[in-house]
Amino acid sequence: MSTDRIVGQPVPRLEGRDKVTGQARYVDDIELPGMLFGATVRSRVPRGKITKITFGAEVDWREFVIVSAKDIPGKNCIALIDDDEPCLAEGMVNHPEEPILLLAHPDRRLLPHAVEALSVEYEPLPAIFSIEESEQQSQIIWGTDNVFKSYLIEKGDVDAVWEKAAYIVEGEYRTGAQEQLYIENNGMIAAFDPQQGVTVWGSMQCPYYVHKSLVKLCNLPPERVRVVQTETGGAFGGKEDYPSMIAGHAALLAMKSGRPVKIIYDRMEDMAATTKRHPSRTRHRTAVSKDGKILGGEIEFTIDGGAYETLSPVVLSRGAIHAGGAYYWPNIRIRAKAVATNTPPQGAFRGFGAPQSLFALERHMDRIAQVVQLSPVEIRRRNLLKPGETTTTGQSVSEAIDLRKLLDRALRLSDYAAKKERFARENRGGNRKKGIGIASFLHGAGFTGSGERYLSSVVGVEGRTDGSVRVLVSSTEFGQGTNTVLCQIVAEALQLRYEDVGIAQPDTQEVPNSGPTVASRTVMVVGKLVQSAALGIRQTLEASGLLGARYSPEEFRAAVRAYVAKNGKLQSLARYEQPEDVVWDDQKYRGSAYAAFAWAVYVAEVTVDLTTCSVSVDDFVALQEVGRVLHPILATGQIVGGIAQGIGFALYEKVIWDKGRMQNGQMTNYIIPTSADLAPIRVYFEELGNVHGAYGAKGIGELPMDGPAPAVINAVEDALGVPFDSIPLLPEDIFDAVTRKAGRESISSVAEDGR
Amino acid sequence: MRARPADYELVAPGTLSAVLSLLAQEPGEWLPIAGGTDVMVQYSAGTLPARKLVSIWSLPELRQIEVTPSEVRVGAGCTFADLRQHEIVGREFALLAKAAGWTGGIANQNRGTLGGNIINGSPAADSLPALLVYEAELVLVSVKGERRVPYGDFHTDYRKTQLAPDELVRSVCLSRRFSGYYAHARKVGARNAQAISKVCLAALGRLADGVVDDVRLAMGSVAPVPLRLRETERTVKGRRIEPELIQVASRAAAAEIRPIDDIRSTARYRTAVAGNLVAEFLERLSVAGPAQK
Amino acid sequence: MNESPQNRAECDIPFQVNGKLVAVRVYPMERLLDVLREELGLTGTKEGCGEGECGSCAVLMDGALVNSCLIPVLQAKGAKITTIEGLARGEQLHALQQAFLDCGGAQCGICTPGMILAAYHLLSTKPQPSLEDIREGLSGNLCRCTGYEQIVEAVAKVGRRGSGG
Repeated sequence: MSTDRIVGQPVPRLEGRDKVTGQARYVDDIELPGMLFGATVRSRVPRGKITKITFGAEVDWREFVIVSAKDIPGKNCIALIDDDEPCLAEGMVNHPEEPILLLAHPDRRLLPHAVEALSVEYEPLPAIFSIEESEQQSQIIWGTDNVFKSYLIEKGDVDAVWEKAAYIVEGEYRTGAQEQLYIENNGMIAAFDPQQGVTVWGSMQCPYYVHKSLVKLCNLPPERVRVVQTETGGAFGGKEDYPSMIAGHAALLAMKSGRPVKIIYDRMEDMAATTKRHPSRTRHRTAVSKDGKILGGEIEFTIDGGAYETLSPVVLSRGAIHAGGAYYWPNIRIRAKAVATNTPPQGAFRGFGAPQSLFALERHMDRIAQVVQLSPVEIRRRNLLKPGETTTTGQSVSEAIDLRKLLDRALRLSDYAAKKERFARENRGGNRKKGIGIASFLHGAGFTGSGERYLSSVVGVEGRTDGSVRVLVSSTEFGQGTNTVLCQIVAEALQLRYEDVGIAQPDTQEVPNSGPTVASRTVMVVGKLVQSAALGIRQTLEASGLLGARYSPEEFRAAVRAYVAKNGKLQSLARYEQPEDVVWDDQKYRGSAYAAFAWAVYVAEVTVDLTTCSVSVDDFVALQEVGRVLHPILATGQIVGGIAQGIGFALYEKVIWDKGRMQNGQMTNYIIPTSADLAPIRVYFEELGNVHGAYGAKGIGELPMDGPAPAVINAVEDALGVPFDSIPLLPEDIFDAVTRKAGRESISSVAEDGR
Repeated sequence: MRARPADYELVAPGTLSAVLSLLAQEPGEWLPIAGGTDVMVQYSAGTLPARKLVSIWSLPELRQIEVTPSEVRVGAGCTFADLRQHEIVGREFALLAKAAGWTGGIANQNRGTLGGNIINGSPAADSLPALLVYEAELVLVSVKGERRVPYGDFHTDYRKTQLAPDELVRSVCLSRRFSGYYAHARKVGARNAQAISKVCLAALGRLADGVVDDVRLAMGSVAPVPLRLRETERTVKGRRIEPELIQVASRAAAAEIRPIDDIRSTARYRTAVAGNLVAEFLERLSVAGPAQK
Repeated sequence: MNESPQNRAECDIPFQVNGKLVAVRVYPMERLLDVLREELGLTGTKEGCGEGECGSCAVLMDGALVNSCLIPVLQAKGAKITTIEGLARGEQLHALQQAFLDCGGAQCGICTPGMILAAYHLLSTKPQPSLEDIREGLSGNLCRCTGYEQIVEAVAKVGRRGSGG
């Protein structure tokens, strides 16, 4: 490690200069000649048949391009896993904000007026809005039973543990929808040329997802669809699948008008209409031995997917696999399902199911601790996984991770023991109660199970005429550092200077499909392929006699120049191969779910001011084992940013729904923390390496989303002695619970059989 | 951005008298816009009813702070930043200076005006409870001249004021007699900055020989208008601050306010917190009050 | 034709941007943000919310930090506006821009122009701010990527050096 000159160093962010000078070009900064602006007419009812569309007389509609489902050349769907989500509603709408018609006009300012002048009439149908309503099945709104997907994960013989248990602990935990709130709203520009086909530019995470869906929608061959990612102002999963919808809309308008079309959402539209984190309900029933060891348990994990399937099966999968967390479960049954409601489809948000199930689990561990009368520390110490033990899917922990040592270190860094004791003492009087809480957890990096093999990612590294080297991936930069780290990897692998390496703008015409930029896979999986492809360039140059075994960056540059001049092209591709030790059974849902896990212990210290029941997080320790830190500043930035979102998830961010429509779709009313709301977050890394990741790295983008909410809520319970099992936890909720303490209702039930 | 600029007219006559003439010629036709931090949000959302606007931003007659021996006259066009920066406002009318620092972020404080806050008439506005406890008087101006009205009566209902269609608020007059009072304010919002208040309290108190000689309490976000809690004040005036009195006052406050459930909070929560805020103030007054002399 | 029923007139509005005199002919109620971006091609100033809440549209107007999405361009007549494009001196970055690069203050970059201007404004009023001053001074600029830590660090770095005004 100490021989690495570039990897591990805080090199400047590759596109950083453009960002700090305002030169970086996001989609709304781009104008094309003759460009029209587009807007979307959306459903105002949660479910119903469209009976009439009236074009108001106050608008001259002849000036507008109008697109309906009838104009779709291919299949009316946003192709993702299944093709159930329409691009434009045809006859039926199944959620508020569902797109019905598209308009385009040269005057951007005229469009909202035109949208308002268009009225749609419906014959409303009964709609459902919650998991429970969906389960009731009095209205079937999707498939035959409202269930998008279900999974069953089983290990051992859970039915046999109950009679052996000294304690049986139950709990029900809920998380609400969460809006990604990237500061750059969704936007796309599309252009159509009869020869070249459709081109789109825009804010996105996954150019090839957009490509695939446009091919189907526009009925064009793959080589006549081109997708280009522009500088993207935040994504967090919110631009994983939705861009396909907006790209499709822009493309349809461009095809019909023959002119480029730009669609940019304003904040209200983006919040109300696009995907959010799946709301969840998790039910735990756990058998525990007299000395606090988990004997087994049943977990029922249910998520609300909204009106169409989109990514719900995959969110469900990750949430279900993470539901047992970082503990050893000798026996377990996890029943997971994703259900439909008449709300805008939910989607990816950093963590992707794991923050939901891990919130439940980490709250449940504290509950178990109370029942068994052990401390939150001790209950974890007794149950954390050890090397050689297996996870809930039967994956063996094959690295030398010592979770108890990690726990101890986090406790030391946070001064946990002294603070817990002091708070208990000081809380006896006064209006300000302090508490400290823990979360210990893991996050699997890369696609689940056979997912990476299915993706079959390809990357390229090429030498250019000027002798520089360029990375070719469809993996996108949206703040997390893709550009920087992939160039670091190549510079390190080829012993070049960081400045000698560039990266191509993700353009499906120029770069291979390195898979979507999701699942914390970019540095670990794609980075390793990039490393391999880079070495391929060197091999080619050596084999051609242009490069010796040792060389300076200038010599390398000269060799590249010479090779390209002679041969026209210098490119090396690398394709993903599933490691032999990562074996997964898709039918039984067992085996090695992920090539690598990152591990973490987070400790949150809070104050609850009972005058207002507001919670402030006063100190936050984040300790994680991440394989290898490739860029200390970027890595720390990812952790802190994720923790801020996790604190928002726990204490601030509430989506207020009314009949399936978000009511608080403004930044004034959807509350994320400001700089005045967050205390310093202290970040610490450990590095055990990772054979499956570039330079030993594991994926870390989503890890920090899993721990903060349960750590904070555990701390709030520590402060108040009142349990909270649902987030977001607002002061109003704390107030209601504290005042209701005497007649407190809790789903928790305990059976002690005296053994 | 849901408004079409072509549909709107905005004029900037540049002097107070020119603006007043316009308002007199076409009363109710022109919406005055100062810093725009309220008007432009509605405009952008496509929900601004007005189509004709007259700019009163930075009119010199409105954007000044006059200090006389007996009062401070804050021009209605003063921004919250102006208030925060003014030494005498900070020293003698701390509740107003503090509220100015709560109103949005720095960028909005540089544009939002005291007059705008008053005329917008939201019961959640941060600076209005301070004006109530300072018993401010407003100077209203039109082509017909000036009139002076007590601020306490100015808000007649939710977002409705006594302002006539041809009038502007010219200044907010604050009597310089509060230096001997203990001043306390607290705002409860969803986060520490850029939050519309769920409840806020502005309070002044003065003790004489351990007894409450004078007390003024005003709250935001607990009624259709910013509310002076006179009933609650009556329970405290002339009494010694003791735990039982604090409870009585706290309950009186909870009974006197009329909060609602809305997108930000619940009536139940607001009621309880309002009581807590009053209790907190009285506790602090009992400790710090005697030192005020 | 979809002409506005009121048929309002555009007007000439001169002001200064980054030291240069400009004059635009626009409707008086165009937002300053849109005039900067669309008429003048200065796309460094961003729209994040349109409600004056996120601060991505922040510019300096006569030295004061303001949210350009809330300013009708007529009110900018005669004003001196500074946008992010006006901070660097040619190739020489402003100390704050360099500090943001050094400390990781910019991730996705969309909040960065407004954030840097807010920091610039803060340092012009408080050249050596405390960490609390920094957090308060930037509390009108929302960032979703960084959790603010590395932004605060960048501003503190410049503040300590006292070279940020």
